[in-house]
Amino acid sequence: MLTLILYNVTNGLMLGAFYVLMALGLSLILNLSNVINFAHGNFLALGAYMALELTKVVGFWGAFLIAPLLTALVGVAVELLMRFVYRRDPVYSLLLTFGLAFVMQGLMLWWWGPAPQEMHMVPALEAPVSADLFFITWYRVFMVAIVIVTVIAVFAFLRYTRVGLRIRAGTLDLDTVAALGVNVKLLRTFNFTMGCLLAGLSGVLATGAIGINPNMGDDLLMPSFIAIIIGGVGSLTGTLFGGLLIGVTAALTAAVYPAASEVVIFVMLVLVLLIRPRGLMGEEGMLS
Amino acid sequence: MSSTATVTGAVDRPAQRRWLPLVAIWLALITAPVWFPLLGGYTALAGSVLVFGLAAMGLNLLLGFTGVLSFGHAAYFGLGAYGAGLTLKYVAASTPLAMLAGTLLGGLGGTLFGLLIVRRRGVYFAMCTIAFGQIFYYIAYKWNDFTGGFDGLRGFHREPIGLGALALDITDGNRFYYFTLVVFTLAVALMGFLLRSPFGRTLRAIRENERRARFLGIPIEQHIWLSFSISCFFTALAGTLYALLNNFADPLALHYSLSGFFVIMAVLGGMRSFWGPLLGAAVFVVLRDFLSSWTVNNWMAFLGAVFMLSVLFFPRGMLGMLKRRGVE
Amino acid sequence: MLEVRNVSKNFGSLVAVQNVSLLVQPGELRAIIGPNGAGKTTFFNMISGYFAPSSGTIVFDGEDVTKVPAHRRVGRGMARTFQITEIFPELTVHENVLSAAEVAAGQRLHMWIARADVGRAERVVAEMLALVGLSAKANRLVGELSHGDQRATEIAMALALRPKLLLLDEPTAGMGDQETYEITGLIRRLHRESKFTIVLIEHDMRVVFHLADRITVLDQGRLLAEGTSAEIAGSAAVQAAYLGDAGDAA
Repeated sequence: MLTLILYNVTNGLMLGAFYVLMALGLSLILNLSNVINFAHGNFLALGAYMALELTKVVGFWGAFLIAPLLTALVGVAVELLMRFVYRRDPVYSLLLTFGLAFVMQGLMLWWWGPAPQEMHMVPALEAPVSADLFFITWYRVFMVAIVIVTVIAVFAFLRYTRVGLRIRAGTLDLDTVAALGVNVKLLRTFNFTMGCLLAGLSGVLATGAIGINPNMGDDLLMPSFIAIIIGGVGSLTGTLFGGLLIGVTAALTAAVYPAASEVVIFVMLVLVLLIRPRGLMGEEGMLS
Repeated sequence: MSSTATVTGAVDRPAQRRWLPLVAIWLALITAPVWFPLLGGYTALAGSVLVFGLAAMGLNLLLGFTGVLSFGHAAYFGLGAYGAGLTLKYVAASTPLAMLAGTLLGGLGGTLFGLLIVRRRGVYFAMCTIAFGQIFYYIAYKWNDFTGGFDGLRGFHREPIGLGALALDITDGNRFYYFTLVVFTLAVALMGFLLRSPFGRTLRAIRENERRARFLGIPIEQHIWLSFSISCFFTALAGTLYALLNNFADPLALHYSLSGFFVIMAVLGGMRSFWGPLLGAAVFVVLRDFLSSWTVNNWMAFLGAVFMLSVLFFPRGMLGMLKRRGVE
Repeated sequence: MLEVRNVSKNFGSLVAVQNVSLLVQPGELRAIIGPNGAGKTTFFNMISGYFAPSSGTIVFDGEDVTKVPAHRRVGRGMARTFQITEIFPELTVHENVLSAAEVAAGQRLHMWIARADVGRAERVVAEMLALVGLSAKANRLVGELSHGDQRATEIAMALALRPKLLLLDEPTAGMGDQETYEITGLIRRLHRESKFTIVLIEHDMRVVFHLADRITVLDQGRLLAEGTSAEIAGSAAVQAAYLGDAGDAA
């Protein structure tokens, strides 16, 4: 019985880790560029497929390092397209990423086919931590560890580096940042790329967790949205908190009443919208 | 009904020029079952154009005329579809009742939701609309017993309208097309009336400069909520027609991708024009039909590419570009 | 007409306005001046209802409007213009002013509009356009007009609302000498001939001394001085505030 609960909780926490990573990337892009990256889930899938291919050439660890970077490179190319529409009504950048999602999905479907694929894992990671808790493999521990490290790295970057400071300032008032002489175009590109990097990393990690298929990112997109809304739009800390909150809640619900673990995320969304529409950590001014 | 250019609605253009496009459109629509198949289409496809066109025009009340972006309007479309289907299946074999139920379900759902988020703006507003819509997608998807789950809701069909000898049987494809056209006409006439009224002009003022509108004494949030609410009713009505057209309601009618399609239709056809979304819907429906038969697997990618290209190069949409050349 | 009692505004730990009071009589033209960062616009925003004060009350025409939202204050007779002109750039001058006239006539939510009402609104528009001197340009797109004409359009819109109080935020901002001269003349006419009560923020001292009945000076969020033009011009404290500000700016 306890094992079953632990099993559900572990799965929940793992999902939560993905929610956090994805939501962070989405939030970064949203906060600075005011763009909802509908293709974020596709970047995740891209990262996964790249890892799949790279493993054949440079092994798992090589793929782990390179795939997110390659995904980020694709992000750079995409962001260059986005530059055409930044100046216009936000609806256009949303439509651009929306269309992009279809294009990326279609391309990945065409190249790799619809069938799910398996990634060959490093044997050491596939082993469970203990014989009793067979579902807690070293891979999962590794995954959570990477997520924690990445989150800390992102926050440290934003807090302690000059570029990070500019990004944070830019989310508050991009015009002023531009007036201070910062190359805003480059900043946006960098920020967008960072977001895609996180998505790509999620994809690589996902290969060992949920398997590889063209739609793998889609199920993670909506919870990421909700994490951002719950945490408060405009606040990265809020997104982190929101992601953790829904991850943990989903995990706990999975322990008690597994069928409801997906619904509970929506329930929390409605509650937040009713009680505190600006999100748990959102600020009153962060509206548009 | 081509009152889009000037806020005052004053008749600036000669009467002749005002009526011409209207007449042309109606002629084309009325005779569609004749010429559409000749071009490779079929009547149900023409019906789809009307249905999606109405949905997109409903959305455009909010997007193009009030200047507020909702990326979750499929929720109300789908609620309309499921409302109609569920009514026909479980409550009564009455088409008018089904349509009423669906429209109310979607419309009221939107009205209530609008209250929650009316103080938000921009992308945050859009995000909330998406998330909210997905709630209903999720419900439809999961509640297998009631809604038919992923396979969709079946087991209902269009019932004749009216009683006894006066009953109008709309099972036939062509008959139903004309029924759809009648509903479409009435809805669109109402929409045009609303937009030409002072209320419609106020919405445009909000679109043009929200701050100035507020300081003219216009209660912004109230108007945005009203516009949102009304647009949801129209889109829900379109949803009921969708269910009747296909004798079928599916979760994809609730998914945010359909919401995105509605936005694309409005933008592609021209957000700032009244008929733009109908034109955009026509292009979308025909294109999708053509692409999916041409390349079974990858049509989504091509569709997405079309979206991206039109956003990059034709932001004003088709009618928007035409208007540029005309004198205003 | 307008009484502001001990109004303050904090943004978090930043105190923008502290304990400022103001009393404006009907028919008076009051200028609010002060060095940069004095809190003039914040003060203005509280009067017009853009945001609420952290403390204090605002009484307009005998009624407490402290909690009343912006659009309702407009309904009660407060009209304002903005430092960065807020108009509807893609509409003509006529349409801009007409939208104001229609709202003032209570037509915004109506679904239809009687012929008589249309006529009435149009007459108001014509009257206001004549008042600001834009009758000849009525059918031009406002976005294409000069800065001065845009400002005049905005003033016409404010006037079309039939206000009891006109709030003008830096009406001559960004204007050259000729345009400043014209706008100043317009405001003077509105004050002297049409007897509007006007409160304006201004940086241009020539304009201020030319127009104002009384002047309120703010400095760093506080009320520094208040009096007639002569009193303020002669005040050492006011001069120190301005000069001190310029001296520190090095």
